[in-house]
Amino acid sequence: MDANTFTRRAGLLLVIFTFLCFIHGSRGEIPPQPAGGVTIVPPAKPDGAPQAYPDADTSNLPVFTMDYPRIQIPFEITLWVLLASFAKIGFHVYHKITIWVPESCLLISIGLIVGAIMHSVKEEPPAALSSNVFFLYMLPPIVLDSGYFMPTRPFFENIGTVLWLAVVGTLWNSIGIGMSLFAICQIEAFEVQDVNLQENLLFASIISAVDPVAVLTVFEDVSVNEQLYIVVFGECLFNDAVTVVLYNMFSFVADMPVVEPEDVFLGVARFFVVGLGGMMFGILFGFAASFTTRFTSKVREIEPLFIFMYSYLAYLVAELFAISSIMAIVSCALTMKYYVEENVSQRSCTTIRHVVKMLGTISETLIFFFLGVVTITTEHEWNWGYILFTLLFAFVWRGLGILVLTQIINPFRTIPFNTKDQFGLAYGGLRGAISFALAFTLPDTIARKKLFVTATIVIILFTVFLQGITIRPLIEFINVRKTNRDLHSINVEVHCRLMEHTIAGIEDLCGQWSHFYWKDKFMKFNNRILRRILIRDSRAESSIVALYKKLELQNAMEILDTVSGDISAAPSVVSVYEDKKSPSQPKKKFMASDLRKMHDILSKNMYKIRQRTVAFTGKHSLPNDTQTREILIRRHASIRRSIRPGSFQSPPVPKSHKYFSLPAGQGLDSKFFPAKRQSTADDHETMSEVAYPSRHSRFTKPGRSSARAMVPLHRLDTLKEAPSVDVLNESRGESSSAGRG
Amino acid sequence: MGSSSSSSYMRNIPQAQVLIHETGFSAAHLLRLYERFQFLDKGSTGELRAQDFTAIPSLALNPIGDRIIGSFFPPGQEKLDFPSFVRIMAHFRPTDPNRSRDGTQLEPVNSRNKKLRFAFQLYDQNGDGNISRAELLQVLRAMLGVQVPEEQLQSIAERAIQEADLDKDNVISFDEFRKSLEKVNIDQLMSIRFLK
Repeated sequence: MDANTFTRRAGLLLVIFTFLCFIHGSRGEIPPQPAGGVTIVPPAKPDGAPQAYPDADTSNLPVFTMDYPRIQIPFEITLWVLLASFAKIGFHVYHKITIWVPESCLLISIGLIVGAIMHSVKEEPPAALSSNVFFLYMLPPIVLDSGYFMPTRPFFENIGTVLWLAVVGTLWNSIGIGMSLFAICQIEAFEVQDVNLQENLLFASIISAVDPVAVLTVFEDVSVNEQLYIVVFGECLFNDAVTVVLYNMFSFVADMPVVEPEDVFLGVARFFVVGLGGMMFGILFGFAASFTTRFTSKVREIEPLFIFMYSYLAYLVAELFAISSIMAIVSCALTMKYYVEENVSQRSCTTIRHVVKMLGTISETLIFFFLGVVTITTEHEWNWGYILFTLLFAFVWRGLGILVLTQIINPFRTIPFNTKDQFGLAYGGLRGAISFALAFTLPDTIARKKLFVTATIVIILFTVFLQGITIRPLIEFINVRKTNRDLHSINVEVHCRLMEHTIAGIEDLCGQWSHFYWKDKFMKFNNRILRRILIRDSRAESSIVALYKKLELQNAMEILDTVSGDISAAPSVVSVYEDKKSPSQPKKKFMASDLRKMHDILSKNMYKIRQRTVAFTGKHSLPNDTQTREILIRRHASIRRSIRPGSFQSPPVPKSHKYFSLPAGQGLDSKFFPAKRQSTADDHETMSEVAYPSRHSRFTKPGRSSARAMVPLHRLDTLKEAPSVDVLNESRGESSSAGRG
Repeated sequence: MGSSSSSSYMRNIPQAQVLIHETGFSAAHLLRLYERFQFLDKGSTGELRAQDFTAIPSLALNPIGDRIIGSFFPPGQEKLDFPSFVRIMAHFRPTDPNRSRDGTQLEPVNSRNKKLRFAFQLYDQNGDGNISRAELLQVLRAMLGVQVPEEQLQSIAERAIQEADLDKDNVISFDEFRKSLEKVNIDQLMSIRFLK
């Protein structure tokens, strides 16, 4: 058996084993009801009859006892979590599957299987979807995960669109679907006349919550454009909040016999209170967390705890006041992240990220899993007309909504949505976890609760399976690239990638193109006031140095020095000798297979253009730093090398060493750049200012030397003094000690 | 920003009218570029230095970030004033398809030729008008991950030169560069949409 088959079988066995354990053990519900002492009698144990509560009168000391009810709840929780996680492992054993079928589908399917088994054994699934368990335990980690890994800059650039689509879009959907369903209800043939308008609206608000988790993964893989990605991501986040608010509003209204116009007005007012209030609370707690971490340098081990406690606290306090807890936790995470990551140590930072990701992933997995299980085990009420029309209206209103809303907002966007984007947005409107939970928490006073639950489940299953599976082929189909890649020569491939990097760089240079005024104001306020209060060491640190520290590059740099085979040692040698060697070399012949190999190497190894969103929001993975590390290490190594004394003794250094030089007067029209004669005095001063901040310290503090040292501007052979490597080491050493906790 | 405040700003921008005429930027774009320039110019000196550019983290993480920065600063010049900044940025405007091909008119800054020149000089660091094998190798090394062995890099560079080098002088001149890219849509690759 080769390794693959073996792992598959092992995986399967593991799943089955856990599952059997679980079936054997499950005898009740998760919510802590004192389980009437059910004990399990293991098959053949001759000694001591295992009793739940060993009888004190028994004369013999029980050698072996079992006390299941005591551990029942934690045990069952652990088993469920483990089972769901095994399912996740299982999917990746058959790695091809996850490409075509989104994980949520797979999880639901496994849940369905488990549910079917449980149903046949007449088991009750754990009531994991009671209102409290879901909203207090399972939802916060997911939202924290989304909020923490949200890429702030693209998000704020698009915030208008996101809010517009989330708020107005959800309203549009709810009211549209609600009204249409109410109209349907009037038709006698469907036997749903007893559902009144309020209940229809309530139901509509439940199913208008979009949850495109599956879609985001597809978008990443297909590299859909960044704007689309961030809008879908942001919309998902915010419309959760909006839906919950609407739901609460409508359920309150559903109870009332008569609706006055002033109630509508109050409803709107409440909406604002809830949304803005949530945000305020979140920001408040975010600041509190940042402030706390300012003082935690002596207690590094518990630093991550503060993040979690504060964000959870924000959530709970918001729930206390019945304002939008999702908004609270998201704004808490956003605020916190920026300041906290500067205050805590590198290890704590990594820990926080890992744990946030882990909790989020587990919660999500569990929810989809339970969706599958509960589908089988609840009682359903089926009504063909209602359910089919629900599906229809959900599609129609979503499509219409996106069309209309994007047309309205396009003129305000710097990069408007084209038809493909709109299609992606509309088709990506899957329903998911929130709808599911809300359906279960419908008050029992609603007569047709079962119908609603059934309809919700149907729509979730339908969208997740159908849209989830077909969206990838569709997106790839409509995004067919016009140029055929195989026809490009090596030359062109390299040049094109160079140009893509150039454009990415220039775009970064341009920075944000809209809302610039507010961002600038905020940054000034931030630097002057907030950073002073909230950050322990609030020197305005160059972000490059911060980046270095974050990537633990100081260690890497030292390792690089000790290992003599520098990555980029070659250029200085090659460029000096290459020009002499090349005429004498015979022309190499390249075969087709060599060419294919070259194309392969290029496509696998060329650095990808920085994708600001995708790098951070891989929904099922942590941000990947290796590319960044390599680039920075290499650059730092080459600059340090060019400053080292050795390079001055070498033969006249050809100009190709300069990293920041333009061709002398050529290339661009020279009238743009009056050539200036460089005086050696100038050279000297600038170079020393650049590399030896300790001498001319009026501009920089030592901590910034790494940033400065990246900019050798002038030809080094004019420098009179041989720089000592120690200065650089010392300044680097300082900055590295400042960074460690 | 209302139109009244923008016009007052326009007075502050050096050589505004000249720049608009030369580069084809609209007044609004020029204003935004000026705001960006001021933002990057942390010390409010009215001129930018290379350090201001390297302070942009995503630019520092660009594999060819240092070359891009270098293209803004000709040798011997370490400060960049606003008109020069704008003139370089003008290279990245999308080409205007309706431009009348008037022989006497000066070639606009964002023509295909100029864009190719910009890309060319990113390779050609020593300014001799040719991309030597060493220079190509340097760029390749910067753009490829560290795990690619040296011999393969050499082969790739060798092959690239073979393909493009028509006059067999072992270097790629600008004309050869341009010819090798004749089928490629340079306008799409070297333009920034929102600079239109």
